[in-house]
Amino acid sequence: MTVLEARGLIKDYRGIRAVDDVSLTLEHGRTVALVGQSGSGKSTMARLLLQLERPTSGEILLDGEPVARRGKRLTLYRRTVQMVFQDPFASLNPYHDVEHHLARPIRLHNPKMSADDVHRRVLHLLERVRLTPAAHVARRRPHELSGGQRQRVAIARALAPEPGVLIADEPVSMLDVSIRLGVLNLLATLQREEDLGVLYITHDLATARHFSDDILVMYRGKIVERGPADSVILDPQHDYTKTLADAAPNPDRRLAR
Amino acid sequence: MSRPVLTIEDFSVDYLIEPPVHAVRDVSLTLHSGEVLGLAGESGCGKSTLAYGIVRLLKPPASIVGGRVVFHDRDGGDTDWNRLGPEQLRAARWDTISMVFQGAMNSLNPVISIRDQFEDVFVTHRPRMSRRERRQRCGDLLERVGVDRNRLKSYPHELSGGMRQRVMIAMAMALEPQIMIMDEPTTALDVVVQREILREISRLRDELGFAVVFITHDLPLLLEISDRIAVMRDGAIVELGAAKELYTNPRHDYTRQLLASFPSLTGDRGSFVRGALDDRLLALDAVDVAEENP
Repeated sequence: MTVLEARGLIKDYRGIRAVDDVSLTLEHGRTVALVGQSGSGKSTMARLLLQLERPTSGEILLDGEPVARRGKRLTLYRRTVQMVFQDPFASLNPYHDVEHHLARPIRLHNPKMSADDVHRRVLHLLERVRLTPAAHVARRRPHELSGGQRQRVAIARALAPEPGVLIADEPVSMLDVSIRLGVLNLLATLQREEDLGVLYITHDLATARHFSDDILVMYRGKIVERGPADSVILDPQHDYTKTLADAAPNPDRRLAR
Repeated sequence: MSRPVLTIEDFSVDYLIEPPVHAVRDVSLTLHSGEVLGLAGESGCGKSTLAYGIVRLLKPPASIVGGRVVFHDRDGGDTDWNRLGPEQLRAARWDTISMVFQGAMNSLNPVISIRDQFEDVFVTHRPRMSRRERRQRCGDLLERVGVDRNRLKSYPHELSGGMRQRVMIAMAMALEPQIMIMDEPTTALDVVVQREILREISRLRDELGFAVVFITHDLPLLLEISDRIAVMRDGAIVELGAAKELYTNPRHDYTRQLLASFPSLTGDRGSFVRGALDDRLLALDAVDVAEENP
């Protein structure tokens, strides 16, 4: 039962305001999509929420508590808020097998767990992301897996510390098209099972609409429109949302002509 | 239908490694003047290999092992590109068939100004053109794709990704080729910039009448911009038809599967994403146990 809240976040980089007064709430069991074009500040938001960058001003609250800068409470924060990156080719270490990638976060967050238990948890995680036979996949190294399989390892790794919030920055945009929906379908299932709050960062309006409860539209660092997914996409109010919706490929539009 | 500009017959490319990979298998198609032909397929299906094969840019171990690519000039002469010698090839590339490469915005030389790279095209292919005329043409071409001619002075890093991509498209148009092959020309760009460039391409196509082979995995995009679409899988074309027909009445299972992979922006298709876990979706990406090393 986790709630992650950002209040009035501002991030300046040498005179450029990348994030301009953004507030959002990620509640357990809900998916929020953050959409916008390149450079709109989406990924900076992810970095702020993950404590990879400090905001220039504004605050981030986890279950009502401001985020700690160090010590046990920062460790707890990192455990609770996990991340799936865009590029599964870069986010896994080519030298290590799958077991290593999953065992590390399990050990870090459960220092007293026995080796056998860690191994069992690893297999269980692989089964949950449907990478079976798990014992077999655990021995493989990243180059022996497809992009989609690697991304599922990355998802399993994010789930290893039993987080409450998952931030997924373009999690399927680098995967082959025929497996993208499979990975999103899996993410949605895991989210329900774990009661996770999910922030889905993407430039793809169509998946944002089908995958999320709410959509926030970001433009030049500001949230210009927010609301239930269907109404933002089907009945956009802000000019920028309209531009974005018009720019998205939509074969139905051509058929209608 | 308008006249054919390119006929590809039983074209095959192998990667001569052990065991050989048949990257393109017996591809036959005809491209007509002024047509946008979409080539759709996922990574590894052979679509880029086919494109490189057409303009003979393949490097070993890739090798054309069969078939012909015949270019039909607007003056009526036919040229079999497979039979051109190195010097003839060099002259014909860019002049009759040009290419916008995948990740084109990173194919500009970072230490040479846009002007010098651009003028290279004319220095090589139109050696008699005067410097003044060259400069004039380069500026005109940039403006045609919506980039200010002052940008000729710039270096690639001073331009945004979308601008660099436009520069590459302008360069590909420089000699007014009859065919432009575009390999994922907008994949690295965001949707708004992509849309602007697509509009530009179709406007220029209408104006100049060149034919386009547009390669991408983004089937919805092809459905919008193409006249005809060829769907490629494992090196072969599994379905080829008018864009509308392919969308409303796909015949091949793989075409249907590919169409189903794209949720609809405004319709219901895709709403299953948040439904119950559908193991069939992930079955496409199952771990192959047979590959296990002993």
